[in-house]
Parts: sequence; C-alpha cells; structure tokens
Amino acid sequence: MSFADIIFYFFSTVLVASALGVITARNPVHSALLLVLAFFASAGLWLLLEAEFLAITLVLVYVGAVMVLFLFVVMMLDINLARLREGFWKWFPFGLLLGLLMSIEMAMVLTGKQFGANELPTPAARAADYSNTKELGRLIYTEYVYAFELAAVILLVAIVAAIALTLRQRGGSKSMDVAKQVAVKREDRIRIVSMASEKKE
Amino acid sequence: MEYAQQLFGNFFGPEWGPALFLLVKNVLLIVAIVLPLMLAVAYLTFAERKIIGYMQLRVGPNRVTFFGIPWLGGWAQPIADAVKAVMKEIIIPSGANKVLFVLAPILTFAPALAAWAVIPFSPDVVLADINAGLLYILAMTSMGIYGIIIAGWASNSKYAFLGAMRSAAQVVSYELAMGFALVCVLMMSQSLNLGDIVKGQQGASMLNWYLIPLFPMFLVYFISGVAETNRAPFDVAEGESEIVAGFHVEYSGMAFTVFFLAEYSNMILVATLASIIFLGGWLPPVNVAPFTLVPGFIWLVLKASFLLFCFLWFRATFPRYRYDQIMRLGWKVFIPITLVWIVVLGLVMQLPASIRSAFPLNLWFH
Repeated sequence: MSFADIIFYFFSTVLVASALGVITARNPVHSALLLVLAFFASAGLWLLLEAEFLAITLVLVYVGAVMVLFLFVVMMLDINLARLREGFWKWFPFGLLLGLLMSIEMAMVLTGKQFGANELPTPAARAADYSNTKELGRLIYTEYVYAFELAAVILLVAIVAAIALTLRQRGGSKSMDVAKQVAVKREDRIRIVSMASEKKE
Repeated sequence: MEYAQQLFGNFFGPEWGPALFLLVKNVLLIVAIVLPLMLAVAYLTFAERKIIGYMQLRVGPNRVTFFGIPWLGGWAQPIADAVKAVMKEIIIPSGANKVLFVLAPILTFAPALAAWAVIPFSPDVVLADINAGLLYILAMTSMGIYGIIIAGWASNSKYAFLGAMRSAAQVVSYELAMGFALVCVLMMSQSLNLGDIVKGQQGASMLNWYLIPLFPMFLVYFISGVAETNRAPFDVAEGESEIVAGFHVEYSGMAFTVFFLAEYSNMILVATLASIIFLGGWLPPVNVAPFTLVPGFIWLVLKASFLLFCFLWFRATFPRYRYDQIMRLGWKVFIPITLVWIVVLGLVMQLPASIRSAFPLNLWFH
C-alpha cells in the first residue's frame, strides 16, 4: 500500500461514514454539518484524481455557499424531532424498494461493458505545471459553448422566477429611498436658533 | 536538505522515505509560517490599541514592559494578554451542544491558517506553489464562516444566534463581490497562480501594478475584505451595542482567544493578498537602485502593514453600518460595479493588438 492509497482510503472512509451520518443523525443541524464533511472528503478524492479545479470549486460553491444557506435555514426552523420520526416504519418498505432499485441501477451501469476497467484505462498523469482550469475553460467556451450558454440561460430564468415569486407589494410596509436620504441637507433637519444667554437664578 | 532526504531514504526505505521526508519538511515549514504569523497577530492587537488610542487623543497601553525597561512600556502587553487568556476558565453553557461548542473556534481558526499555504512571500518562498492558488484561497476563506455559524448555534443563546445569522448573510453577500473582483485580476494575469499574478505586474515602476487599471476592483476587494473579516464598520456580527458581543458571547478564556486570533490572522491575510494581487507583492515601487536592494519580503510586509493600518483607521473613523445598508452596498453597489468592470476589461482585451501595444495599455496587457 503506497502513500496515495492510504490517503484514498482515509478520504473514502470519512466520505462513507459522514454520508451515513447524514441520514442517521437525529439532529438536522448535525446532518447538514456531516454533509459538509462529506463534500470536503469527496473534494479530497477529486484532488487525488488531479482534478484540482473541480475539487476546489466543490468546496467553494457547495461548502462555502450552498451549505451555509442550508445550515442557515435548518438552524432557524423549529423542528419537532418526535413528529419527524413518526411515519418511519410506514414508509420504510417504500424507501427500501427505492434504495434497492437505485443500487441495481448503479450496479448495472458499473458492470456494463462501457465502464469496465479494460474499457477505461487509467489516464496518463500530467506534469505539475498542467493547468486543468485552462483546459476546462477552453472546452467550455469552444466545444460545449451551446450547452454552457443554455445552462446559464436556464439559471437566469430560475433567478428571475425566484425573485418574481417572492416579490410582492404589501401595503403599509416601510422602506427607504436611499437617493432621498443622501440628498438630505442640513437645513431640512435642523434649525439653529440664536438666543441670548440666560442668567442662573 | 539533500542529506536529510537521503537519511530518510536510508531509514524508511525507498517507498516511504520520500513521503515521510515531505511530511516532516512541510510540518517544519508550516511552523515557520504560523509562528511569525501568531507574533504578528499579537503585535497587531497592540498596534490597534496604540493607533486608535492616538487617533482618539489617548495614550493606549503603556505599562507592561520587558525586564522593567521603561521605554518599552506597553510592548509586553500582548504577551500579558495571552498569558491571562490561557489562565482563564473555559465555561461551557449548560444548554450548549458541547462538541460543536468546542469545535467552532477550531473551525474558524483552521481555514484562516490554511489559506497561508499558497501565499508567495518572495519569488521563490512559497509553501505550496499550486496552479489554482487564488481559487484555493477563496475556498479556504469561505470555510471560515462555519465556525461563526456553529458558535452561534451551539451556544444556545439568542444573542449569539443573532450574531451568527447576521454574519452568515453578510459573508455570503460580500463573497460574491470579492470573487468577481478577483475574476478581473485573473483576466488580467491569465493565471490563478499567485506567483504568476505578481510576475504579471513586473515592470519599470508601480505604474505596472494592477492597482491602476483595476482601481475600482481594488476598492471593492478591500472593502469586501473588511466586511468578510467582520471588522468595523461592518461588525454587526458583534454589534456590542445591540447584541452584546454577537457569536462569541458565551465564549471565555482560550476559546474566545482563538476566535480573536482567527479574526486578526484573517485581517493580515486580506491585507497580504490585496498587496499581492493589486500592489505588486514583493516588487519595489520603482525598479531602480536603492529600491531594488531592499529584499522583496520587506516590500510585501510594508504594503500589507499599510493596508492593516487602513483597517485600524477605518475602525477609529467610521460609525457602524446599519444592516440594510450593508446588504445594499454588497448587492446593489459592489456587484454591479464588478460586473461592468469585467465586461469593460473583456472589451479592452479584445481590442486589436496595435491599440493594446500603444502607451497606457501596453503597461498591463502584454
């Protein structure tokens, strides 16, 4: 077992354990934090595969932004844990069926002809100065430019829709006009009164 | 160095020798970065108290001294503070989530230190010279927020929780503006490696620094940096007049000090990073004799010190922002500015080569 193997097994153990923790932890906040750990461990595995751009982006986007918002929401919810576990046995057979189906599908894909170890040889290791950020950028903006632009437009539509859904005009809500605030002059707010000094009685 | 490598090779065999050698070497290098950093943090707190003191016509700490030397009055203050913090008891509130309560300061501190791995101190002095250095720093700094959120939640206190919520919203908002400002930098330098970014600013004088073509981005980056580190005037996460002390209300002793260390090492990180990507890192301001003789590391320290002084200056000068004004500045002012600047920069980069090699543009677009 070489050094890289030890690192691989370390990260995969952490990944599997934390992923199990996500679905078994009782407290939703613990689940969210374990999911963060799972993301982090898989980023480590990607680094081992020399996909440093993807690994760092995974940490930046999912750990740094998405999970922060998740945690934000989960912490603010007032969750009744007893009620959450109420229907467990009722839905257990259904969940088991789904899980079985998914593992069969995964097994079919992984044991298929296209994915065998012989069909996909280990890619050659690159030199240390090889930048896969540059390579990805080149591919995205040349070969896959239409798919990429399409994804961007879909995301834009989603952003507009999310804002349109939550934006509502309510009567009586107080908001300030920043331009007005900035334009305020001293004369509008204070009045200087000059008066003669008074004697103390 | 080679002798030590050979020794490891002989002792642990050809397979394990190099790996263990690398491990030991890196641990020693990490210590060589972290120890001076901690010292810098200690004296930054002293500088802060002194500078803000003088700005407010006070003297600041001037009592504690080394070996009773009178003219060193105050210089032992950070050491005394550290000793006091170590002596104090760490109180864990009864309703707190114990594991997360203890984990939170560590989770804030570790990313603040990890980001230093890719900082180049002078042309060859860098711990990890990786391709995606800038991305790595963004990823690490965005991790620091977990410590704050977890601290707020695990303390089981309303004040701490409010502070954590405020801080989370603020950091996520300003990270976007910061990221876009850095996109401009990597468009100019065409590289994510911090060493290459500094080399792209090399030239006859400071006119070649990215500060000039990217001046609005420098302002956006630096102000976002102040907001990311939760420093005044963006310190609503602490807001002692409203929510006591924010996320670290319940922390005492060394646990509190770790938050403190993380905040100050983040400040130094933001200042160093801004000097590397906008102020030419280790490059002298003018490339002639007296300036080129000074080692590059000294220039980097001088630039970072100036920016740190600005941090303290802001704190002494500005009143705290109101929460909705913070959000407006981040989303409605900074993000549009950065987006426009990205487009402008892209257009300039697409200009014909004859225009780009004319006078002002040839300084930055080679």
